[in-house]
Amino acid sequence: MNILEVRDLRVYYQTIKGEVKALDGATFSVAEGEIMGLAGESGCGKSTLGRSLVLLKPPMKYVDGKVFLEGEPLPIWDREKMNAFRFAKVSLIPQYAMNALNPTKKIKRIFADILASRGIRLKQVLSELNWRFELVELPLEVLKMYPIELSGGMKQRVVMVLSTLLNPSLLIADEVTSALDVSTQKAVAKMLVEFRDQRFVKALIVITHDISLLYQIADTILVMYAGKFAEKGGTEEIISDPKHPYTRLLISSLPKIGVRYMETKLRGIPGHPPSLLEPPGGCRFRERCPEAFEKCGEEPPFITLDSTGRQVACWLITGNHD
Amino acid sequence: MKKKPRKVKHEFLYFAWRNWKLRLGLLVVFFFVLLAIVGPHLTPYEPWAYVGPSARPPCKEFWFGTTMFGQDVFTQFVHGLYPVFLVGVLGGGLATVIGTLIGFTAGYRGGWVDEILNTFTNVVLVIPTLALLLILAAYLGVRSFFIQAVFIGCTAWPWTARAVRAQTLSLKAREFVDLAKISGMRPAKIVLTEIAPNMLSYLVMVFILQFGGAILNAATLDFIGLGPTRGISLGLMMQIALLWGALPLGMWWWFVPPGLAIALLVGALYITNVGLDEVFNPKLREM
Amino acid sequence: MIELEHVTKIYRLGTFGRRALRAVDDVSFRVAQGRVVSLIGESGSGKTTIGKMILRLIPLTSGRILFEGNDISALSGRALKDYYRKVQGVFQDPFSSYNPIFKADRIFRILKTEFFPTVGPQQWDKRIREVLSTVGLVPEEVLGKYPHQLSGGQLQRFLIARALLLDIQFLVADEIISMLDASTRIDVLNLLAELRNNRGLSILFITHDLSLAHYLSDEAIILYRGSIMESGDIEKVFQRPLHPYTQILLSSVPRLDQKWEETEIRLKVQEGKRTAGCPYYDRCYLAEKGKICADLKPQLVEAEEQHFVACHRFREIPKEVKHAAGQTRGTSLA
Repeated sequence: MNILEVRDLRVYYQTIKGEVKALDGATFSVAEGEIMGLAGESGCGKSTLGRSLVLLKPPMKYVDGKVFLEGEPLPIWDREKMNAFRFAKVSLIPQYAMNALNPTKKIKRIFADILASRGIRLKQVLSELNWRFELVELPLEVLKMYPIELSGGMKQRVVMVLSTLLNPSLLIADEVTSALDVSTQKAVAKMLVEFRDQRFVKALIVITHDISLLYQIADTILVMYAGKFAEKGGTEEIISDPKHPYTRLLISSLPKIGVRYMETKLRGIPGHPPSLLEPPGGCRFRERCPEAFEKCGEEPPFITLDSTGRQVACWLITGNHD
Repeated sequence: MKKKPRKVKHEFLYFAWRNWKLRLGLLVVFFFVLLAIVGPHLTPYEPWAYVGPSARPPCKEFWFGTTMFGQDVFTQFVHGLYPVFLVGVLGGGLATVIGTLIGFTAGYRGGWVDEILNTFTNVVLVIPTLALLLILAAYLGVRSFFIQAVFIGCTAWPWTARAVRAQTLSLKAREFVDLAKISGMRPAKIVLTEIAPNMLSYLVMVFILQFGGAILNAATLDFIGLGPTRGISLGLMMQIALLWGALPLGMWWWFVPPGLAIALLVGALYITNVGLDEVFNPKLREM
Repeated sequence: MIELEHVTKIYRLGTFGRRALRAVDDVSFRVAQGRVVSLIGESGSGKTTIGKMILRLIPLTSGRILFEGNDISALSGRALKDYYRKVQGVFQDPFSSYNPIFKADRIFRILKTEFFPTVGPQQWDKRIREVLSTVGLVPEEVLGKYPHQLSGGQLQRFLIARALLLDIQFLVADEIISMLDASTRIDVLNLLAELRNNRGLSILFITHDLSLAHYLSDEAIILYRGSIMESGDIEKVFQRPLHPYTQILLSSVPRLDQKWEETEIRLKVQEGKRTAGCPYYDRCYLAEKGKICADLKPQLVEAEEQHFVACHRFREIPKEVKHAAGQTRGTSLA
């Protein structure tokens, strides 16, 4: 059974100029044990997707779509009803979470407070907590410290343990490594995998703009552009054989160690993403796509290509060429 | 049918007008200002003149009734509004200016200048203003509203200095200040042309708070008898009323209007401030 | 061109400044003309502090910074302004670099007032269009707009254009790429490379991202906690990292062509107390207690031509250390 099933989810932002169609028709699923990477640039809707599954609050507006968590419908539009699911069944590590730790409380207190709001006493889970701390290589003294005494990497690990303590079925991690140093990034990313391996969580969605990070830890990668899905597939396949022009251009524009300007001048993607207030009809990548043709004026459906589960939304691949 | 997004020319004014707190607050303040200007012409009486029977409750002739001495309360009321605004603007303005100058300098220069100014601010903060005023009263024979305004201005600025210093420190750390420095701008010019304009919204709110605070401060001083030795203000009205037994005698029309007016005015100013904060700070806006 | 000699910056913290924080500790290096040098380090390494000291935004505690042989801390008034004609900077956060209440092109006007008061409006307009086209911006798209109406990439390029108006010789680029989107990054990087190639511009490229550094630079300086750990020609440093820290950095970078190895990384528990010895001591896999690493701070020595390292034990690097390009390193340097 799939841990998460999302069908045609639409979440818009309400602004004074109108509705920003940040997430416009998302359909996908995450299987048990899967770490799905959600990649894209700023404004593509990946954070919106992540957040809407856990805490959908104004100015976000639920417009349409269905979400199922382990077969049960997830009422993301109802904040009250979601209380029962949040943290216990689906949990989110938001961006900048490590800065959201209450600076006036000791770490132990922060844990105790969150558990108390679920009706659980800290004593009951203390041994489990100790073991998790060991797993993420946090010394137990950390419990007696204030957030300000911890480094960025340590705070991030505290937040990770906090978000997974009740073993939620689905964990959504939003840019959890971007504010960290390179060496800590690797440790934290590996920790996410460890959580899955230890079965603390059944499935993970890792949101980031850093595709190379996803190459290291994700099983599948889903690429988003301007509120829509561009491509989804197994990590190896997406990286070695990207089919959607956006994915191809994106990957080829990333500087890699071993590639120098002298030898190979990389190219970026000219232009910028369309405004989501009044998005253009048809394929949203059309304007920047070097291979756009007539059919692209019609919106390409997100289609499954083969039995490996590879999906693309691009007429070049799925439709008729001229 | 597609819905066209509304064209918004001035996002700022849009929010400013839509904000009910701002509208309500400004309306109330404007009402009192109008009353202060127009009021004295609405009444045929002089504030200190003995024009009627004493201790009369409100009636057609005397809209707010009469005092113990037969003076028209309404006339006193509308004449008493003007000094309230005077002291508020002058005292509040002076406090804002002093606090801003000290806060700016301390925040921007840092180092020992900051230390010295901080110490000075703290000293002024802990000076018991009441005791100071009593001493001053003993030396100054006659006190005017102007002196009162100056006194308030010179004692109410410390929190403003602290707040402005904090703002300056945060703005100073912004990279556009660094950019101005490597563009060869002199420090004074940077403060005037880069930092100050950014703080304008903050300073407006600071002034409104000081304005309201000065009114309250003045009313309190008047009420306990440390007000000006001449003239009439709302606070003085209340002082005289209570001195002459208005409370036990049930002459509510003598002290309730001035008290209520002060409460409404200061309250309106604070609500305006909250509204302004929402206008200036997009994150606080309700959609 | 720019030379740092034993530059140190100590911040005094706590009441009455009792505690000392050594943000930069005895750093010396040189940036020659037409070279891009990457200053690579993580947070707390002191790289931004160095950049700001070169731009005269922060005073030095000790040491000297020389520009074309002259000590820049002696400059003031007219001479300082002349310095800024030749040396400029671009910072990390494009949105913070602009005063939000003014239009973006005000930064050009400021330059004109300060540096070119006598230039006529038509000629000035021509110059602006020239630099805008050099950085790849369309004048009609970016002039007359407020910062929030432009994208991060456009804002950064605008700032580079501003620097070019002055016909500079040296640019401090402090993490200018990190806040840009992946598809825009490469364009700004290419622009910097072109400026180096076509104009002979020297660039101090401050970054924590090794792939960017490798793409663009000629030389690299690896900074840790205020001290240089390794430096030299970039190929040499990246192909054959001699310092344990550099090795860890290179093996931690997520790559698209190979997976992470199972290198053991000791995570920092707490900020180690500053010992007299090597700054990397408490994280180093080569260090042993009671040996020289804890007591004596290593100096930068020349391990081979154009490759310097500050480590007492760099000759003892294990044979099986995989390096940047994915090939196994041979025997240790003897």
